[in-house]
Amino acid sequence: MVDRQLDQPAPPRFQRARSLGSRLHAVGPILGLVLLCVAGTLLNPDFASLDNAMNVLTRTAFIGIIAVGMCFVIISGGIDLSVGSMAALIAGMVILLMNTLAGSIDQPVLVVAIGMAASVVLGGVFGLAHGLLITRGRIEPFIVTLGTLGIFRAYLTYFSNGGAITLDDTLSDVYSPVYYTSVIGVPIPVWVFLIVAVAGALILNRTAYGRYVQAIGSNEQVARYAAVNVDRIKVMTYALLGACVGIATLLYVPRLGSSSPTTGLLWELEAIAAVIVGGTALKGGSGSIIGTVIGAVLLSVISNILNLTSVISVYLNAAVQGFVIIIVAFLQRRK
Amino acid sequence: MKLKKHLLAIAVTAVALAAPGAAFAQNKVNLGVAIPAATHSFTAGIVWWANEAKKELEKANPDLKVTIKTAANAGEQANQLQDLATANKINALVIFPFESAALTKPVAQVKGKGVYVTVVDRGLTDTSAQDAYVSGDNTAFGKVPAEYIAKTLDGKGNIVALRGIATTLDNERMDAFNGVMKAYPDIKLLDAKYANWNRDDAFKVMQDYLTRFKQIDAVWAADDDMAIGVLKAIEQAKRDDIKIVFGGAGAKGMIKTLIDAKDPRIQANVSYSPKFIYDAIKMTAEARLKGEALPATTIIPSVLITKDNAKEFYFPDSPF
Repeated sequence: MVDRQLDQPAPPRFQRARSLGSRLHAVGPILGLVLLCVAGTLLNPDFASLDNAMNVLTRTAFIGIIAVGMCFVIISGGIDLSVGSMAALIAGMVILLMNTLAGSIDQPVLVVAIGMAASVVLGGVFGLAHGLLITRGRIEPFIVTLGTLGIFRAYLTYFSNGGAITLDDTLSDVYSPVYYTSVIGVPIPVWVFLIVAVAGALILNRTAYGRYVQAIGSNEQVARYAAVNVDRIKVMTYALLGACVGIATLLYVPRLGSSSPTTGLLWELEAIAAVIVGGTALKGGSGSIIGTVIGAVLLSVISNILNLTSVISVYLNAAVQGFVIIIVAFLQRRK
Repeated sequence: MKLKKHLLAIAVTAVALAAPGAAFAQNKVNLGVAIPAATHSFTAGIVWWANEAKKELEKANPDLKVTIKTAANAGEQANQLQDLATANKINALVIFPFESAALTKPVAQVKGKGVYVTVVDRGLTDTSAQDAYVSGDNTAFGKVPAEYIAKTLDGKGNIVALRGIATTLDNERMDAFNGVMKAYPDIKLLDAKYANWNRDDAFKVMQDYLTRFKQIDAVWAADDDMAIGVLKAIEQAKRDDIKIVFGGAGAKGMIKTLIDAKDPRIQANVSYSPKFIYDAIKMTAEARLKGEALPATTIIPSVLITKDNAKEFYFPDSPF
């Protein structure tokens, strides 16, 4: 719509494929989620309670917010393996920052606000660094983010001496409502998740930037010939993902008020799984934010149901997760 | 050439003869320590205590040299063992094996070179590869909390448990816990799920327990990190039915809570301190300096920590 150069050569094919495709693929995850919810309710009626639903959505918020950012990166044909380590490092650094500031600034609310802002800025900066290394440095995203996966976590381990970095008690009291408070019956992290998801969907489907991301993912060379500033768009996707990680982290910190070398372990795989289960192709080109959100919810519903029942041996919990992921992927497979 | 060789042989013999003479007074001990890298608070504690032991012992004994190597995985640890034996020329080794089975052969090789081997915590699959074994008491780790909870609840009530990562160590603890609970038919263990010794996972598991069970009297969190997640989940759900949250291992934060009586649900803990690496290094070094051997097995007991003895288990400088 906005970009003539890109749209004119192939608008019907491109658009038709996308709308038809996203509809087809979106049904799979939704079907999976509905079936899971029915199974959950049958196994334990408490599953369908509002409290449980809010618990599940709140804990999905971290992975979900990261997955929205990840969706852009994957659609553009990239990948980011470092998000779990990045979240852990940001959490650690922000806690250290706030603890230090608390010594000189006497307003805990201000300190927390600075910490929250720092979280998003740090995420953006880390993402920017990824983007620049990938585009200007011409290094494969897999390698760049595999490298920073180790680097981020090692620095956190170094800062914490291998132990936990814990937020000062007074600050923790001020900060914890950010995770634990509800607005109109819905916890704040769920609201933030919703806002991020809606914003992500709008950016992906209604802006030139979103269209460029998809164009780069389906064919980078063609996008380049079509005068899309490929490098700039790519850098922006990584920075956007970094900012998403920052937002997730600022919601994560008030939950336990601490960060340790085990924080955020395997979040990258969960976020990537949410994106792919939600119907986005790992090779890039197209994808859906709604699917990603459903994918993220689906993943946490599985472990929630397993916790609410004793039908399945605890030794097999991970296997159930695996089976469900594969079945859902089968339901939404491409023709 | 020949003369040179002879001279060398004489020199070697002289050294060899001199060595046992010195043994009456003090042996030279070159002690290698192989431990996991500080990737979570418990192993961070291991690393910290190993360095404490090195500092103290090297200062006290000029004939002792301690070399500490930390490894991120079993393969790296096996390589380090080779380096310690060939490059550092150790004559005593204290090892906290990353995995029992994978490290058995590499340790046996080191022992084959005449190195005195003390294995800590995770036993090797072939015990002939070790001279001594020093371990924490995983049975007591499960037994002590079970007895405490049973007694405090007067033998009646609903409990839930959290488990660590599926390992033999975790099974030993769980079996010991269940063993005690058999004697209390009125105590119902509602469920025991894995939370990977991780705060976040414990938070989620506990949230779901709270959704599922309307009356819980006690939680065996089985680890101090997991206890933190459990407490947060209880707080969020605003539940006041839970009377006891029993962690385990004696992390400094939890011991502090115990000393300050900050939380009525935290009244006791069970010791399982990374300090056992310190004990193992110290015992090995001191025995080898005198040319003595250690007992084949030494169990560092896991004991009940309450407000009365908590100070003995509080190490504010340790990361754990």
